[in-house]
Amino acid sequence: MNPLHLLAFGPTGWGDELAYGAAMTLVIAALGFAGGLVLGLPIAAARLSSNVVLRAISGVYVTVVRGVPELLVIYLLFFGGGQFYRYVADALGYSGAVAADAFSAGVLAVILICAAYSAEVFRGAFQAIPKGQIEAANAFGMTRSTLFCRIKLPQMLRYALPSIANVWQLVLKDTALVSVTGLVELMRTIDVAAGSTRSPFLFYMTAILIFLAFTAVSNKAFEGAERHFSRSVIGGYGK
Amino acid sequence: MRWDVFFGSFPTLLSALPVTLELAVISITLGFLLAVLLAAARLSGLRALAALAYAYVYVIRGTPLLAQVFFVYYGLGQLDAMRNSILWPVFREAYACALIALSLNTAAYGSEIIRGGLLSVPRGQIEAAKAFGLSPTQRFRHVVFPQALRAMLPAYGNELILMLKGTSLASTITIIELTGQARILASETYAPIEVFLAAGAIYLGLNVVLSFGVRLLEGRVQRSGGFAMEG
Repeated sequence: MNPLHLLAFGPTGWGDELAYGAAMTLVIAALGFAGGLVLGLPIAAARLSSNVVLRAISGVYVTVVRGVPELLVIYLLFFGGGQFYRYVADALGYSGAVAADAFSAGVLAVILICAAYSAEVFRGAFQAIPKGQIEAANAFGMTRSTLFCRIKLPQMLRYALPSIANVWQLVLKDTALVSVTGLVELMRTIDVAAGSTRSPFLFYMTAILIFLAFTAVSNKAFEGAERHFSRSVIGGYGK
Repeated sequence: MRWDVFFGSFPTLLSALPVTLELAVISITLGFLLAVLLAAARLSGLRALAALAYAYVYVIRGTPLLAQVFFVYYGLGQLDAMRNSILWPVFREAYACALIALSLNTAAYGSEIIRGGLLSVPRGQIEAAKAFGLSPTQRFRHVVFPQALRAMLPAYGNELILMLKGTSLASTITIIELTGQARILASETYAPIEVFLAAGAIYLGLNVVLSFGVRLLEGRVQRSGGFAMEG
């Protein structure tokens, strides 16, 4: 029998299970990425602030998250989350079973990791804005919020875009690690399929091809975005 | 937070540290050698060879390390060709598979860093070296290499940190290194928060030392203009 039958859709193959897993991977990656960017911006601002305490806290956060294996962050949130809920349940006098939910632990882990990496990207991008522009904006009498919204933020985003594309790749690949919690995303589905059909070669090859497809499509999308946001820049992208 | 459990877990966790360090050192070394070959292939000017190296780098960088580890350990073992080959005694071992997957992974990232470093040396300098009558070996040793090294060192330092963190994935294929030991200890003590935080502190300490070392090396290379100039 042709082993590719195992990838068919319907009750005989793993096609629909894999599609569900792939969709779940994209959902975790998208939520983690969006949350990470939103959290990364204030962390970058704290890193650049004149307040010593803010600078120290954000600096420690970025160093710690980037210096610890992603797998360990996921274990801490998943298994540690259960322990944390246990404390809360005990404090409330509830003695029944409590467990951390793999989905929220996974998404939270990806958010925390993505925030640390994107904060560093944003920080670099803010610093890349020429000082003269900020002086010019001040000379025009712009308020701090106008300066931020019209001068700093748009340019920062343009500078940050290529590196943000890298962060997205990182997030997409880190999502595979969430499979260790048993959450049924792509990698977990692949593990189960590989084990139960005894065709690990076929299924791990499939996993690699699906991730490659995700990477290729997002590379193209980010290239398009870079071209779009650099269209008004003389000597910018592709000119 | 039970501090006694946190501090008490360090001796057990540290007993697994040699495995983590061994995985990191061996895969970084093997990966570096392969990275040099890949970078050479990309810059060789031979189109087929360059395309092959590019495809390799693209596939490795576009897929999760976890998928690569599982592919090497579980996937390849299914093939009869592998089971019957002389390589089977190697690929049968989880430890060897972890080393192979980690080395193959870091080689792809490393080759891009090396390639970028070599390409960062301005053409004019190589032309000037030619005009001075330096041989290709001398050009590489005295002009290209010292400057490329300076350009690639910070990025390679980052890659070393990523690799040290990457060794934690060996725990997913039954190897008891630092993360694997932490999982065992967490389930024995029912104190996952304390144990995983302690393991995280060890990784963090290693990475702080590692990045400090890389920065020292960078300073040395900047000051002396590269190792090759000293000889």
